[in-house]
Amino acid sequence: MEDKQYMEYIHTHAQKSAHAITLVWAFAVGGIICCIGQGFNDLFTFALPDWDKSKIGALVSMTMIFLGAFLTAIGVYDKIGIRAGGGSIVPITGFANSVVSPAMEFNKEGIVLGMMAKMFVIAGPIIVAGTVSSVISGIIYWFAGMVG
Amino acid sequence: MEMFLGYLKAFAVGGLVCMIAQILINKTKMTSARILVLFLLGGVFLELVGAFKFIENFAGAGITIPITGFGSTIVKGAREGAKIGFFEAVTYGFRNMAGGLTAAIFFGFLFALIFRSHSKKV
Repeated sequence: MEDKQYMEYIHTHAQKSAHAITLVWAFAVGGIICCIGQGFNDLFTFALPDWDKSKIGALVSMTMIFLGAFLTAIGVYDKIGIRAGGGSIVPITGFANSVVSPAMEFNKEGIVLGMMAKMFVIAGPIIVAGTVSSVISGIIYWFAGMVG
Repeated sequence: MEMFLGYLKAFAVGGLVCMIAQILINKTKMTSARILVLFLLGGVFLELVGAFKFIENFAGAGITIPITGFGSTIVKGAREGAKIGFFEAVTYGFRNMAGGLTAAIFFGFLFALIFRSHSKKV
């Protein structure tokens, strides 16, 4: 019985430390990806002084999406993702990964019904959520403008 | 020095956002699609209540590079559009998604044509 309790004790503690390690990895990788984004933001702000802030932001997103897509294509991003977990999912590069990864995976089932359709397995819900919130917030701001 | 501090803040807040996602993954076994939708809606909510700009002023890319930034720019577009008219109010949010979606879909298509899947090797 004591052996069993000891094994349980070890098991719960091992799980706790494993849990803590995933958090450190997510924090570090997520933080580094954001710093790379900040770097592009500073670079573009310096190089394109006549662009406004939102256009610079969109360009930074697109650059990060390109990098995420490319690293996914050459198989690097998924290797990072094994350790980084949330640190590689939540940044916009993770969104790119969620598009490119199934597109490559299902390419063998045909271009139209394989690649083009399955591209949206994960991105689809994001586009739907984004579009619905854009319409709802637009209506809210429209009525707020009418009242105020 | 101030530039270094900016990167440190981006690192800390961006890392924190990703760590919250990792806690959710560990505790609830949420899939990445659910995590991304949740954090997108989080960004939408923060922008709607007006809190996003304070975090953005503090952390810069730390909050705009995570998918929360995508949610925020959607609401910013809707707010800009609403100043012009109803049609613009309901369509300018999507217009702000255009850059990111175009890049993701175009590069997704391109790279899926050029590269073969690595998932079998892992």
